[in-house]
Amino acid sequence: MYVAVKGGEAAIANAHQLLADRRRGDRSLPAISIDQIVAQLGLAVDRVMAEASLYDRELAALAVRQARGDMIEAIFILRAYRTTLPRFGMSVPVDTASMKIERRISATYKDLPGGQLLGPTFDYTHRLLDPSLLTDEPVAEPLRRTADESSMMRVSDILAGEGLIEGDGQMPEDHVPGDLTREPLEFPLSRDLRLQALARGDEGFLLALAYSTQRGYARTHPFVGEVRIGEVEVELDIPELGFAVSLGPVQVTECQMVNQFQGSAKNPPQFTRGYGLVFGQSERKAMAMSLVDRALRAEEFGEDIVAPAQDEEFVISHSDNVQATGFVEHLKLPHYVDFQAELDLVRRMRAEYDARNGVEKSDPIRDAAE
Amino acid sequence: MTDLATYNFAYLDEQTKRMIRRAILKAISIPGYQVPFASREMPMPYGWGTGGVQVTAAILGPKDVLKVIDQGADDTTNAVSIRAFFQKVANVAVTTKTRDATIIQTRHRIPEETLTAGQTLVYQVPIPEPLRFLEPRETETRKMHALEEYGLMHVKLYEDIARNGHIATTYAYPVKVEGRYVMDPSPTPKFDNPKMHMSEALQLFGAGREKRIYAVPPHTDVVSLDFEDHPFEIQHFDKPCALCGAEHVYLDEVVLDDKGGRMFVCSDTDHCEDRREHGHAGHLLAQQEAAE
Repeated sequence: MYVAVKGGEAAIANAHQLLADRRRGDRSLPAISIDQIVAQLGLAVDRVMAEASLYDRELAALAVRQARGDMIEAIFILRAYRTTLPRFGMSVPVDTASMKIERRISATYKDLPGGQLLGPTFDYTHRLLDPSLLTDEPVAEPLRRTADESSMMRVSDILAGEGLIEGDGQMPEDHVPGDLTREPLEFPLSRDLRLQALARGDEGFLLALAYSTQRGYARTHPFVGEVRIGEVEVELDIPELGFAVSLGPVQVTECQMVNQFQGSAKNPPQFTRGYGLVFGQSERKAMAMSLVDRALRAEEFGEDIVAPAQDEEFVISHSDNVQATGFVEHLKLPHYVDFQAELDLVRRMRAEYDARNGVEKSDPIRDAAE
Repeated sequence: MTDLATYNFAYLDEQTKRMIRRAILKAISIPGYQVPFASREMPMPYGWGTGGVQVTAAILGPKDVLKVIDQGADDTTNAVSIRAFFQKVANVAVTTKTRDATIIQTRHRIPEETLTAGQTLVYQVPIPEPLRFLEPRETETRKMHALEEYGLMHVKLYEDIARNGHIATTYAYPVKVEGRYVMDPSPTPKFDNPKMHMSEALQLFGAGREKRIYAVPPHTDVVSLDFEDHPFEIQHFDKPCALCGAEHVYLDEVVLDDKGGRMFVCSDTDHCEDRREHGHAGHLLAQQEAAE
């Protein structure tokens, strides 16, 4: 009985001890190290960093290990740590045009300045189980190109040259970017806050919503203008110094989705954009994010709001997996007080129903003392 | 990485506490109004009392005596866990005695013993918006509160009566606070609603996931919604508590066997123990003693 009177404390301690045992598993096997998780389960680490909004591979790997590989649990652990950290400043916008590129593909141009770079992708692999990975077979070194220091033009800039795509847009001079970790969300959101929420939103949820737009629930006729993965410098403005100082590089995945737009009374026919930016290597998430971002801009473009993916309050209120899992799983907590109240009501209504229908019924609740 | 676990008194940093205290002060100033606040991720899951925990963490001082209950009981697992959390991060004195506590954090119940001046009751709230199940959009419900447009709620209660002959809401029964805001009392059984009215204690409500704080200051009107010809009623139990013989208290039904055997005992464990210490005995306890 999980509410055993006076036993709660010991039961919880014992449960946690058992959890630690199961986490460690068979003691005759070596424990998996944080370095190994960082190096060999890198995409799991990336997802945890992205959805926890904290760029720290070691801590994310620790969370993955502590959570026994449960991603949402790991995200939760890392977020709960992140929230205790002071915010000491705001970075200047990262310049993804000067990204050190590891992968960059465009679906809209056969070739383009900088070229198409496949990078470390699952694309075009045949998903056949690989027996060589059952053992620790040596892995050949990859080919390397000589580093190209020049920045790689973004596809949106190519189209912008012709005036066929909406620009980056301008925020007012005095606009301070919102921070959803410091202010409660108030709908409707500005786009910076909406993108923040999407960037930490659940990959699976955004994937499903993005998919729904492709299947006709608010179709946006998308093309992958570009997906790029690589390292960008994060710089912080130091007011005392009067210039920005580099804090170091972070790996990000950026997706620019190019979408058709027929034009409206306010805007000429042109391509519009959906944007995705995610910590680490997470193409699926960045692409899904950019599709959902575009769908959520429906009102901006005067489009009819007809599908879930266009509904900001619906999407953003339910995209956070830490919130969602907490509330769904809280149903395991005892609810017997409320259940008692409902039981009482149902019994009363049932008795009334039976009386109306002339059903003879013996009371199933006998006094325990009988 | 070694100095990860250096947390402030009561876990939250002082800036966060200040932000929460401001929200609390605003909530006290506008009884029943839901104040948005920048809820933090807590080290327990959303939906498990993070709102209540943040409110408690923001008002807790080293001299406070804390009581935590869930379903009226001090020893339910989540109450144990939250109490242990505050012992760990704030090292405060804890108690199970209602009258000894300065702060009582609760989920789903209000203690049977009347609270007194100087005590604060902190409610854990899952869905702070009483209109949420009538209108899912926050943008709409905020407007409805602003315009004091509560017709929808009355229609819902009326439809209950038309369909069932009585109001079919048994917990989280909506109240009107100080004649202005309709408020969700959290999923306490409606049995507890009258205790909120003109209470001497300060009542604070925290909803972490939904990022809202609201309050009922001491000596405030709290009226359960009803109709003249269908006045508000609380639940009544046919039998007294099987252990302490208390009447007019909220009882839990405990299943004794697979033959329909049930007993009804106080949901408020402290109240029940206190009565038994003072020599009260219900029929089950009396039987046991007779058998020994």
